[in-house]
Amino acid sequence: MTAILETDGLSISFGGLKALDNVNLSVRPGEILSVIGPNGAGKTTLFNLISGVYKPRSGKVLLEGQDVTGQSPDKLAGRGLTRTFQNLQVFQTMTALENVMVARHLHEKRNVLAHLLALPSVRRQREETRKRAMECLARVGMEHYADQTADSLPYGALKRLEIARALALVPKVLLLDEPAAGCNPRETEEIDEIISKIAAEGMAVVLVEHDMRLVMKISNHILVLNFGKKLAEGNAATIAADPHVIEAYLGLEGDEGEAGAVAE
Amino acid sequence: MSVFDTVQRVVGNRLSLILIGAMLLVLPLLMTSSFQMRLAVVVWVYAMAAIGLNLLMGFAGQVSLGHAGFFGIGAYSVALGPSQLGLSPALSLPAGIAFCGLLALLLGRPILKLKGHYLAVATLGLGMLIFMILSNEVELTGGPDGMRVPRVVIMGWKVKGTETWYWITGIALLISVWLALNLINSPTGLALRAIHDSEVAASVLGVDVARYKLIVFVISACFASAAGGLLALYNGHITPGVSDFLVSVQLVTMVVLGGMGSVGGSLVGAALIIILPQFLTVMHEYEHAFLGLIMILTMVFMRSGIVPSISKAIRSRRHDSNS
Ligand SMILES: Nc1ncnc2c1ncn2[C@@H]1O[C@H](COP(=O)(O)OP(=O)(O)O)[C@@H](O)[C@H]1O
Ligand SMILES: [Mg+2]
Repeated sequence: MTAILETDGLSISFGGLKALDNVNLSVRPGEILSVIGPNGAGKTTLFNLISGVYKPRSGKVLLEGQDVTGQSPDKLAGRGLTRTFQNLQVFQTMTALENVMVARHLHEKRNVLAHLLALPSVRRQREETRKRAMECLARVGMEHYADQTADSLPYGALKRLEIARALALVPKVLLLDEPAAGCNPRETEEIDEIISKIAAEGMAVVLVEHDMRLVMKISNHILVLNFGKKLAEGNAATIAADPHVIEAYLGLEGDEGEAGAVAE
Repeated sequence: MSVFDTVQRVVGNRLSLILIGAMLLVLPLLMTSSFQMRLAVVVWVYAMAAIGLNLLMGFAGQVSLGHAGFFGIGAYSVALGPSQLGLSPALSLPAGIAFCGLLALLLGRPILKLKGHYLAVATLGLGMLIFMILSNEVELTGGPDGMRVPRVVIMGWKVKGTETWYWITGIALLISVWLALNLINSPTGLALRAIHDSEVAASVLGVDVARYKLIVFVISACFASAAGGLLALYNGHITPGVSDFLVSVQLVTMVVLGGMGSVGGSLVGAALIIILPQFLTVMHEYEHAFLGLIMILTMVFMRSGIVPSISKAIRSRRHDSNS
């Protein structure tokens, strides 16, 4: 199968700093590509460029073979690409269910006049949206939180809420920015299961994650960034054995648990 | 609490409409002078404009300090329609609303790219520009002296008298509330609230942020111009003062005081800002100072506005007594 998402020489600078320098990647449907690297390596910046939040200074983003560089995030969402955020971007004043319902936006008829007049078709569609959103909440085990406002939910739940929200869009490509950060081992386990399952259904997943145990376990392919540049690339075994990676990244992060996970 | 919320969500819309409808019916029975009824007409009209502005501010989170401009365009269109285009006054009202919507569509596109303070200043400029045009185009608008607005005649019936206008503007208010609540509870309303909470999250989920800001800007401009048109038709005379900067400030104050994001709040806010000064006239030169003080105290003690603060207090009391 051919790649669904590719980047070609993606670069951007902030001031004098080359935050991302000539990065190429490619993911196929059903594949999990992990992007790892120390803090400040450019992982989130890479997501910002792919998802259209920032425009690259040079390089290309290809989605299903088409050049989509510089398109706005909502256009890209329409083409089946969405993401979650490392620093949570939930809709604080909405309930968990409403948060997810927003992501059904593109699946709904968007006739403002019909909305103003509350035509029966709008109400019917609302029920459908509510049902779909509920299913997505259930997929991340959050149906019991449906009617709670987001600002009253625990951190781990918000992380999963962002995943549920992204799933409600029914994307082809999903970018997850540190979905397990700040989560306890049990929550991390759940997120692992969720990601594996959605990849198994054919979605392409790009994962940024610091939890090495998780990364090594579920990735088909790993890209290591350091100072905005590609440091190494390959499957879990290759990466774990790569001396550059061990020196630049794993050595830096090197607490016992993570180093142990890599050595397995 | 969740049961109460669900019940409120289901009946909430209809309930607000019934409550406002009941208020419209009962108020005339309690009124003792035509002056009070006059005041009510003015409140309904300003409430309409405030509700429209609340859609923009309270839901989409975008400020406008120029809405009196749209109010003024609505007002002048019912005077200019008959005098310039030979339209009937009744037809000039929807024509004015349409014109205002179109104008908001054209001007909103560049203006709404701005955020926060920059947006505030740009909309302020827009309102001032409209005020200047209405004041200075003496040949067209009569300048500062204003214009006469011909009476509406529907099939030979001359629409006049404060009581008649009480019902007309009351029904217009009900329709405005209905439209606003419909919008809020629709996917569009959800998209607007999403934009308010996180633009970047809304956009990666497929919400065209710029488009929705523009849509709600146009809708709120239409509300304001409808309100301005009705006020002009009722008064029978119009001056550029309707589009003065201070009116824009009043509208924003109504929205914030009553409660951002609360449709009922805008009605309460409008009532306060219109009626309170009448009571305060007994305080002579301290009138404005006192009004200012009330506004400060409300904001300090009811940060989220009068209606949301009160309904939250009631809800938590109910919650306590249930448990
Ligand atoms: N909007 C921005 N403005 C300026 N500098 C930025 C911006 N976004 C990221 N950077 C810088 O780019 C580098 C990469 O950041 P980031 O992509 O967030 O790293 P990571 O996600 O790998 O931790 C950092 O040095 C960061 O300070
Ligand atoms: Mg990051």
